[in-house]
Amino acid sequence: MDSSTIIAVASIVTAGITTGFGVLGPALGEGRAVSTALSSLAQQPDAAATITRTLFVGLAMIESTAIYCFVISMILIFANPFWNAVIAHAAGK
Amino acid sequence: MHLSPDQLILWHYGPIRLNATIAYTWALMLVLSVGSKLITGTLSSGPQRGRWQNLLEIIVTGIEQQIEAVGLSRPRKYLPFLGTLFLFLAAAALCTIIPGYEPPTASLSTTAALALCVLVAVPLFGIIEQGIGSYLASYLKPTFIMLPFNIIGELSRTLALAVRLFGNMMSGSMIVAILLTITPFIFPIVMTLLGLLTGIVQAYIFSILAAVYITAATCASEPEPRRGPVPAH
Repeated sequence: MDSSTIIAVASIVTAGITTGFGVLGPALGEGRAVSTALSSLAQQPDAAATITRTLFVGLAMIESTAIYCFVISMILIFANPFWNAVIAHAAGK
Repeated sequence: MHLSPDQLILWHYGPIRLNATIAYTWALMLVLSVGSKLITGTLSSGPQRGRWQNLLEIIVTGIEQQIEAVGLSRPRKYLPFLGTLFLFLAAAALCTIIPGYEPPTASLSTTAALALCVLVAVPLFGIIEQGIGSYLASYLKPTFIMLPFNIIGELSRTLALAVRLFGNMMSGSMIVAILLTITPFIFPIVMTLLGLLTGIVQAYIFSILAAVYITAATCASEPEPRRGPVPAH
């Protein structure tokens, strides 16, 4: 295998693994957060506005970890710096 | 397929390039500022008021209440900054229903610029509110060992603000672009609707987080009870 093949294989496989594992944790965390918020809402409907606002902010914070993994995998697939370097090197030859 | 609207060149003349991010940012700024100028030109305080004035009043008082609910006691002081952030982000997200439009917030340059505004504004409001010595002392808060971690935290939350907004907006347009090649007829419309919701939620999150950071910077030292409508048990 030449270097471009290795880079391509490594990038694609890593992108898949990154998204897969990166989504796993935030999904569990968001599930816990929503279930806790729902039981709090059932106990204290008066505090609905505060709970909902805090829930949305918290969900966005949790979700951003998944978004970081998504950004990394998108960079690996569509804007890979190593791949671009190999292409530039091959074009220069 | 392109990752951000930075790569979409609308017009170029020699070395000068006008990409979609700059063009749509200026278009949004133009629409927002000219629109508010036109509406606020004919304000009335009587019982009869125009529908546009009602719209603006709903938006402004809504933002004001949200800022107050976070814990800032004088929302009018922070309304210009936080309100501008929210209005720009919400307009950038809502305009995705216009065909051919790319949200400028799907570019990391725009979101990094907005996050840098927050990075500068938070210490500024903190210093104005509690003085420079008291504000700088808040970096040493639990002990002086925490100083580097406080500074790192300040920087990393700015990075998180920028990447969160960029990732959400970029993933919205990216998913629609990928789905257009797989199931081109109905399903992208549903995902566009979801993207509208995500965009509005992210605009809200961005401005609420900025408000929370400002709250932490302005009243970190005063241990007074919060003045919100929340009952104290």
